[in-house]
Amino acid sequence: MSTSSTPSHEYVYLDHAATSPLRPEAREAMEPYGDVMFANPSGSHRFAREARKAIDEARDLVASTIGCKPGEIVFTSGGTEGANTAVLGAVRRHGGTAVCSATEHHAVLHCVEHVNGVVVPVTAEGPLDPAVLREVLANTENVSVVSVMAVNNETGAINDIEHISHAVRGRAEKAILHTDAVQAACWIDVRDIWKHVDVLTLSAHKFGGPKGMGIMAIREGTHVEPLILGGGQERDRRSGTHNVAGIVGTATALQITDAHRAEEVKRLSALRDELVREITSRLPQAFATLQPSVGIAGTAHICLEGLESESILYLLDQHNVCVSAASACASGAMEPSHVLEAMGVPRERIKGSLRFSLGHTTTEHDIRVAIDATVAAAERLATVKK
Amino acid sequence: MSGGVDSSAAAVVLRNQGHDVVGVTMRLWGGESDTGCCSVSDVDDARRVAQQIGIDHLVFNFSEEFNQRVVDPYVKSHVEGTTPNPCIECNRHLKFDKLIERGRELGFDAVATGHHARIVEQDGVKRVARGDDAAKDQSYVVHMLSEEDLEYVMFPVGNMQKSQVRELAAQAGLRTASKPDSQDVCFIGTTIGRAGFLEPRLTFNEADVFDTDGNKVGVVPAVELVTLGQRRGLGLGGGDIRYAVDVDVPGRRVVVGTEEQLYAPTSTVSSMSWPHQQDIALVTSTEVLVQGSAHGERHAARVEQQGDSFVLHWVRPNRRIAPGQTVVFYDSTDTMVLGGGIVTA
Repeated sequence: MSTSSTPSHEYVYLDHAATSPLRPEAREAMEPYGDVMFANPSGSHRFAREARKAIDEARDLVASTIGCKPGEIVFTSGGTEGANTAVLGAVRRHGGTAVCSATEHHAVLHCVEHVNGVVVPVTAEGPLDPAVLREVLANTENVSVVSVMAVNNETGAINDIEHISHAVRGRAEKAILHTDAVQAACWIDVRDIWKHVDVLTLSAHKFGGPKGMGIMAIREGTHVEPLILGGGQERDRRSGTHNVAGIVGTATALQITDAHRAEEVKRLSALRDELVREITSRLPQAFATLQPSVGIAGTAHICLEGLESESILYLLDQHNVCVSAASACASGAMEPSHVLEAMGVPRERIKGSLRFSLGHTTTEHDIRVAIDATVAAAERLATVKK
Repeated sequence: MSGGVDSSAAAVVLRNQGHDVVGVTMRLWGGESDTGCCSVSDVDDARRVAQQIGIDHLVFNFSEEFNQRVVDPYVKSHVEGTTPNPCIECNRHLKFDKLIERGRELGFDAVATGHHARIVEQDGVKRVARGDDAAKDQSYVVHMLSEEDLEYVMFPVGNMQKSQVRELAAQAGLRTASKPDSQDVCFIGTTIGRAGFLEPRLTFNEADVFDTDGNKVGVVPAVELVTLGQRRGLGLGGGDIRYAVDVDVPGRRVVVGTEEQLYAPTSTVSSMSWPHQQDIALVTSTEVLVQGSAHGERHAARVEQQGDSFVLHWVRPNRRIAPGQTVVFYDSTDTMVLGGGIVTA
């Protein structure tokens, strides 16, 4: 693949959990705001009012897909900012202890560690057991925020936010419950998550919106300190001139995601099942990390025992198949996954982990190509290693 | 591609020769260090160079193997009182083992590095030879390449002067063109130093210092940090210059003496690497030149085989080489690497 190429029909792109391609509708909706509708929405002239209107409409649209009030929506720069604001903002406002699950994205985990919070172990199947959380909360004084992701970004494991919410309300009634729903938006009705939590965060580029955009839903009556101070935008909850085009693109992408979610879940879970079934049956060293029942429809997480992700990724890339392994560090090197370690996956499997993540552009053809390329790559590596 | 100028230039040379090149940066040391090596900024430099010269760039995380094969043995050497060779061990186990294995696995025909060394074929036999730039020659640290490795490895800048390397990088507009050469051990920060690195990883032990007559003349706070031939920091409090002539770390004992007492007529070497078995006969039948450190002087010796070990009889008296140190044998023209090993006594 040359450095300047972009995903196209010649490429099999199965890395939607990293970024889902921008939806054409979002691109179209954004276009005027990078051009003629350039004004700062905080102004008072007609151009400013037009930009302001676009944001207000977007806010209404986003609120309707989350099931919250428009005033509960705060536009941010992305999932990481949302998570930082939720965890650090809660502790700065209320003091006390932050608690999260061991498989959180680093955007949450590093914040909780930064304020010397408590990290709760997960089950070997992936999700957090609400009973374990309840016990930790019973033994932890003055918990101000509990952060549990709705869906894990590596494995696709779904947390039972309803029962987690019961655990939090029963044992730490003053705590703010935040959920990082970044990986949930495409697969689970966000309204069903929102009704159990106080703060919910999303990232636009995971559902076909633009990068550099995120959404926080902060329940009325819940207060967290803002991370960014300044002009008082977003009702003093997030200062900084609005990214009008980004907000419009985000709302459009989320609306389309919401409208097509049910059919996409059905379509893609069948493809995901085929991918997992074929790879695990054709490769003796392949193991599905999750039982399908505990994961979202879009992610197939597979460990190729005894092989190395870096090699497999390279060979797949040579065959124009784009997938990913664990999280990459700042240098771009693959780091052993803290998620798989927390689940107790053996080291020899962690090293060979692969994440195929499906999305709105994925076709049956993509899946067939990915299966054959993965089997060929693994067989090659297993033969060379002997 | 370490993010330095030599590997940057090596990539340019290969690309110019028409090879299908992919740049690889190995992430080796995962801990903190201010030497810059393996840092994000070095990887950034390597990636930017690759982008500028139009090749792909990959990062391979070999930090687990690096810890096992380089860092742990480095610490263990200090506990046992032998000299560690981290750069040689890294070449032996990472660059010219793990990376070669990865290269073969992924279908590459060769692994190239920016070492200043050459691979020269004579009478159908390939050997490592000194790089053309004598001041930058690195044949010592790549001496362990096997016959099989030599078929797979390339040193594209080995026949260039360092100034030419920098010029080539500058002409290509690469940001690494004037980057300083790396120094010292990559995982040891210049601010914490060797002692600061070792402190959390082993226990320092005090040791008595004796003269060669057995009189106690001082105390050192950490015998693990004393090296053979050292003449400062031995707690002797002035007087004639004396050198550590014997360092017994497990026995917690240092002996100091005169410079003459540092000299020995022989050294013994084992754990040999011989790219070509027939060179054993060559080495043991003629005088060879022996180099005992990365840019050290060469000393002539006759080599006698004793089982798996080789005894070096120095032609002129030579300062003792510390156990653990690597020595490399060169032919009488001081060009070709014939073999090498680790000093045991």
